[in-house]
Amino acid sequence: IMCASAKYNTRGPALIPRMKTKHRIYYITLFSIVLLGLIATGMFQFWPHSIESSSDWTVEKRSVHDVPVVKLPADSPIPERGDLSCRMHTCFDVYRCGFNPKNKIKVYIYSLKKYVDEYGTLVSNTISREYNELLTAISDSEFYTDDVNRACLFVPSIDVLNQNSLRIKETAQALAQLSRWDRGTNHLLFNMLPGGPPDYNTALDVPRDRALLAGGGFSTWTYRQGYDVSIPVYSPLSGEVDLPERGPGPRRYFILSSQMALHPEYRLELEALQAENGESVLVLDKCTNLSDGVPAVRKRCYKNQVFDYPQVLQESTFCVVLRGARLGQAVLSDVLQAGCVPVIIADSYILPFSEVLDWKRASVVIPEEKMPEMYSILQSIPQRQIEEMQRQARWFWEAYFRSMKAIALATLQIINDRIYPYAAISYEEWNDPPAVKWSSVSNPLFLPLIPPQSQGFTAVVLTYDRVESLFRVITEVSKVPSLSKLLVVWNNQNKNPPEDSLWPKIRVPLKVVRTAENKLSNRFFPYDEIETEAVLAIDDDIIMLTSDELQFGYEVWREFPDRLVGYPGRLHLWDHEMNKWKYESEWTNEVSMVLTGAAFYHKYFNYLYTYKMPGDIKNWVDAHMNCEDIAMNFLVANVTGKSVIKVTPRKKFKCPECTAIDGLSLDQTHMVERSECINKFASVFGTMPLKVVEHRADPVLYKDDFPEKLKSFPNIGSL
Amino acid sequence: MQTRKKYIFLTFLASWLLLFLFGGDQLRRFSFFSARKAESRGNWPRWTDQSLLKSFADPEELQRDGDPSLLSPRERRAAWLSVHRSGRCRMETCFDFSRCERHGFKVFTYPQERGQPVSETYSKILSSIERSRYHTPNPEEACLFILGIDTLDRDHLSGQYVRDVDEKIRGFPLWNGGRNHLIFNLYSGTWPSYGGELGFDSGQAMLAKASFDSQSFRPGFDISIPLFSKEHPQRGGDRGWLHQRSLPPRRKYLLVFKGKRYLTGIGSGTRNALHHIHNGKDIISLTTCKHGKDWEKHKDTRCDKDNVDYERFDYQELLHNSTFCIVPRGRRLGSFRFLEALQAACIPVLLSDGWELPFAEVIDWGRAAVVGSERLLLQIPSAVRCIHPERVLAFQQQTQFLWDAYFSSVDKIVHTTLEIIKDRLSPHRSRSRFLWNSLPGGLLVLPGFSTHLGDFPFYYLQQGYSPSEKFTAFIRVVSEAGSLSQPILRLIQAVSGSQFCAQIVVLWSCKKPPPPSGTWPQSSVPLTIIQGSGKLSQRFFPFEAIQTDAVLSLDEDTSLSSSEVDFAFLVWRSFPERIVGFPTQSHFWDPEQGRWGYTSKWTNELSIVLTAAAFYHRYYHSLFTEYLPAGLRELVDGLAACEDILMNVLVAAVTKLPPIKVTQRKQHKEGVAQPAERRGGAAGGPPPGQRSPPPAGAQGTAGSRRLSQPQDCLNQLADWFGYMPLVSSQLRLDPVLFKDQVSVLRKKYPSLEKP
Repeated sequence: IMCASAKYNTRGPALIPRMKTKHRIYYITLFSIVLLGLIATGMFQFWPHSIESSSDWTVEKRSVHDVPVVKLPADSPIPERGDLSCRMHTCFDVYRCGFNPKNKIKVYIYSLKKYVDEYGTLVSNTISREYNELLTAISDSEFYTDDVNRACLFVPSIDVLNQNSLRIKETAQALAQLSRWDRGTNHLLFNMLPGGPPDYNTALDVPRDRALLAGGGFSTWTYRQGYDVSIPVYSPLSGEVDLPERGPGPRRYFILSSQMALHPEYRLELEALQAENGESVLVLDKCTNLSDGVPAVRKRCYKNQVFDYPQVLQESTFCVVLRGARLGQAVLSDVLQAGCVPVIIADSYILPFSEVLDWKRASVVIPEEKMPEMYSILQSIPQRQIEEMQRQARWFWEAYFRSMKAIALATLQIINDRIYPYAAISYEEWNDPPAVKWSSVSNPLFLPLIPPQSQGFTAVVLTYDRVESLFRVITEVSKVPSLSKLLVVWNNQNKNPPEDSLWPKIRVPLKVVRTAENKLSNRFFPYDEIETEAVLAIDDDIIMLTSDELQFGYEVWREFPDRLVGYPGRLHLWDHEMNKWKYESEWTNEVSMVLTGAAFYHKYFNYLYTYKMPGDIKNWVDAHMNCEDIAMNFLVANVTGKSVIKVTPRKKFKCPECTAIDGLSLDQTHMVERSECINKFASVFGTMPLKVVEHRADPVLYKDDFPEKLKSFPNIGSL
Repeated sequence: MQTRKKYIFLTFLASWLLLFLFGGDQLRRFSFFSARKAESRGNWPRWTDQSLLKSFADPEELQRDGDPSLLSPRERRAAWLSVHRSGRCRMETCFDFSRCERHGFKVFTYPQERGQPVSETYSKILSSIERSRYHTPNPEEACLFILGIDTLDRDHLSGQYVRDVDEKIRGFPLWNGGRNHLIFNLYSGTWPSYGGELGFDSGQAMLAKASFDSQSFRPGFDISIPLFSKEHPQRGGDRGWLHQRSLPPRRKYLLVFKGKRYLTGIGSGTRNALHHIHNGKDIISLTTCKHGKDWEKHKDTRCDKDNVDYERFDYQELLHNSTFCIVPRGRRLGSFRFLEALQAACIPVLLSDGWELPFAEVIDWGRAAVVGSERLLLQIPSAVRCIHPERVLAFQQQTQFLWDAYFSSVDKIVHTTLEIIKDRLSPHRSRSRFLWNSLPGGLLVLPGFSTHLGDFPFYYLQQGYSPSEKFTAFIRVVSEAGSLSQPILRLIQAVSGSQFCAQIVVLWSCKKPPPPSGTWPQSSVPLTIIQGSGKLSQRFFPFEAIQTDAVLSLDEDTSLSSSEVDFAFLVWRSFPERIVGFPTQSHFWDPEQGRWGYTSKWTNELSIVLTAAAFYHRYYHSLFTEYLPAGLRELVDGLAACEDILMNVLVAAVTKLPPIKVTQRKQHKEGVAQPAERRGGAAGGPPPGQRSPPPAGAQGTAGSRRLSQPQDCLNQLADWFGYMPLVSSQLRLDPVLFKDQVSVLRKKYPSLEKP
């Protein structure tokens, strides 16, 4: 959005030089013209539909049979055959797509026509149910545009899903006369059943020149990698039959084959497997003696046993998907729907959406020659992985196979990702089922890097008006060898910070930033002045930490740069009586949080806290003036999945000034408030991200029987 | 007056902007609308009769996709073999899988021809193969063959061009039309077209070629490799340059390019246009025409001005200080620039249409590079400006991961090539795309161990798993006593007393047979005895008997208590990819001797955890035994205390992280502490490319002859890996209340504190 507005703003300054004239009338006229224009366009905003309906799609035309007829002369041009060398940079016109801030391609759909040849015979059937669904889905999607001039991709309404029902030459002629055809540039055709007897080509035989093909059943020889899109063969059973998702786990059969028209050679091999391995392998065939009225496609038989199809697929762990005359098989969709792990045996087949889907996680691909070894190959897969594949298979079906809409949108998204690669959808978004997306974390600081010690850290001190104590903190912290800068966040708007001359003289740069409002979240703002990765957040009354303790804290942070590294630890506990979370600050053997009164963390988390804090937590913290540290602990744990690191024995920050308010009653309300925070945050995050651990970090030789003067960090230890 | 003017002006501007934002679209429609009524408008209609539409295929037709008259599968495959040759090769048609069945994936390199020297780069490639665990000297066993003829430079104008390759290869009895051969090539074609031709008939051989174009690339068969210079290190390799992860990226420049411009010929189009995006501020795009012999002949009007600007910037400086680097095509599609940018964490912006990116079969380049289009050069600045800072940070980190995992040395490039081919041989036992693109990378993940992500120590968080809740205690017995000593009995007692212990496995490595089962102590957990061979490296063999993710590796004389074990195991569960253990040692750079030193004295740092008492993931047994070449294991068998170091070096090479030390009640170390400086961290320095700062100046020579073997070991390992993988740590993990002045009753692990 920032980028978008920047683009528009550039138009502003260009106008300024022309505005020098003093004629006010001129301004006013201009202004009123603009205003009128605005009102006019506003009106269009409100009544766009009425305009459209009156223009073209009038009520009486709304039947598929009642669309304009186009006659194709016998000598009308035929496109060239598909060009096997086409790639995006050679056959696709990217200029049509342009740069747009939303990074979405615009797709135009040609209106439906009826094509007849010279003799008035129909060239093809009317549009199929599936193709109509597909076009409807595109039209309802964000990709759609009804403006042919702004389109980047064109989808003909000529239905070529099934080549069997096509008159090849005439269909090609119909394509060639489309208004923007231009050798098929930027045109996208959808085909699921390519080829025909006797050779069954693996790509649509209709000459289509440069058009992109979203095809089911490509082989590696016909698929133009990075240009075509491999799509599934849709199974209409997906819409008809409701197979509820079955929990992963062992099933009755180990291997099941349900296809009816297998080549006898394959069938022999499967039967040999069955003979070898007994009941765990089930090879089904069509039923020969079904009573009338029972659709043959919904039944399968083994000897005299009759099984319901596709329900029977749910009874098996693995389901064989063999090639037929074509490589792409509708049964793949049924198998995935059943949560059965497909065993794909079809040499050279390009799996559906293989450009983005990681099929190795959802299927087993076995070369045709290795069919006899199928059983042992499948046996070698660990049970846990099988369960995951079952889950993954079902997820692929739900996301990319279940409807023509899913197929259409995945196809467009793949093409979109090629054109706007820097905004492409990630591997995880394509492949991880929702359960994994939910339970997994993707650490933004995933690279194992130990930041160089020389970088040092920036201490950020939040202060209001305790100048004396602040100065003491500054003096103390400045003794830490790795301190590289000190930043004072002056949170008091009513009082100016002391004059420059009054500040303690320290060896590192000291900067004061003044805030606009007295908010706790100011301490976690990603100030530009912070130039190091490491930030030490420190309160203006923390004077008890020794230089060794702070330096050691920094060294520990370097080893764990993606964690919060702090001193006093705290714990969250589940209160079984109250059925909610409770905050604990007593002596415990466990920690799950550290106080940010003094804590090291990566500057990245400042950015996250300020801009990416979920829900209303940030405002809530500012309003309650409490729990900013708990919020930070939640945030870091949630994004990294890791625990905090407590360093040194220190248990609390004792400060002379605070003893007065450390009264018992205050302490109790404090605990109640903190518990409330935990419950509030857990509900906003939708989970409890905090991790409980039983360890803390001490220097290697801490309390060892070793001369103190030889220890790196001798001055550590008070509580 | 002035304010009113301003006011009017502002109003005007605001309304203009509003008009543009909301109205422009509509207005444009309006003008077209009147002009072309014929053009259809609006969404795809909802047909009144859409429920009556027929399906695209009859269900019967879909399910009975067969044709009895069709060729049988066997005949079809035979037919393919004849049709899809050379130019249309695929693994199914041009590769003989049966050669790989008996002996597995073995690679044979032809002996080098006499009188036919190979280039430095090619000999590096050959030696990488010879160092790999797949190499075989026996062509009978081989599944894959590599020529001894240098085929890297096939530009016949080049000095390293080898003539008459055709004749030579036809003379090889093993050539067999190129079947199962892999040919490496970096430069193909020549002036002026720089096509892909090699100048000889490679037949059915696979090509591992740089600058592959997608037209001639045979998917799933050929492999695109990166172009690398002859200085590229054989092994190890320098690390990436990303030292600071800041958000937003705190680099001086956004986008840079500095390089040659071609006045004529192929590739000149893109390079000549690059100056258009130069803005002199955050986008620096500099070209020079001053190269080659006769540049002045073709010189155009821009040349002189360009050359002046060109000299003002230093390439290395730009590389270090830019977020994005343009990597345009040169004469060929790939360039050295690609790897340079990758190493520098300067996100490559590729302008090389039709380039099949290196290892694109397995690497998801969309996560580490911006694949631009040569035609859209002018959009590049705004496109990269719009990439979200978080994404930029992820890109930068990914460049470093990929560089380090697959590109930083010739070894890695060659081994990646081999692993990709190996993965094709058995698709069901291969790495998923996820494995290739997440840490620690495909080379370090053995699909032979498992294909389930949860069986590895690396993916717990990413996949939402957790490591198993029990461990296997693995005790090695070497003493020649023949009967069970007191320490081992006590050890078994202590370990089986841990609430997390699932089983005990004893590796009996003495010559005498183990005592009969009746004499072993009764314990609550099952005990398995394995008769060992006595080899030191055998302790890291992936024994079937080990059933849990966690292994607690023990020596027979180790002394531990149950609560020490409990605590250490809980710590390991937080760091399942590291070694977590008790006694530690550390390494340091000894500048006087110019080699790595090693100390077991008490120091403020540690980098090695002894496997006499340590937890680690059982996958490391597989890595140790299967990933490391046999030669290294032999080295370890011959040197005392070296297997410990190798295990630590291996784990550090995989994780890039130090091991973790936990509290131990009884110290293993004998002897009084030697003086150690305070925090000597940054003082002195190892040679460039070494990663760990030397710890406090332990004087390596001082009467520690006993340690000379481990030092030899350490130095040989560093040499083999090409760098020193060990990383130092300054911390120890203790129980939260360790030695705190609170009641013992509050403490969970009070026994750890007893003196």
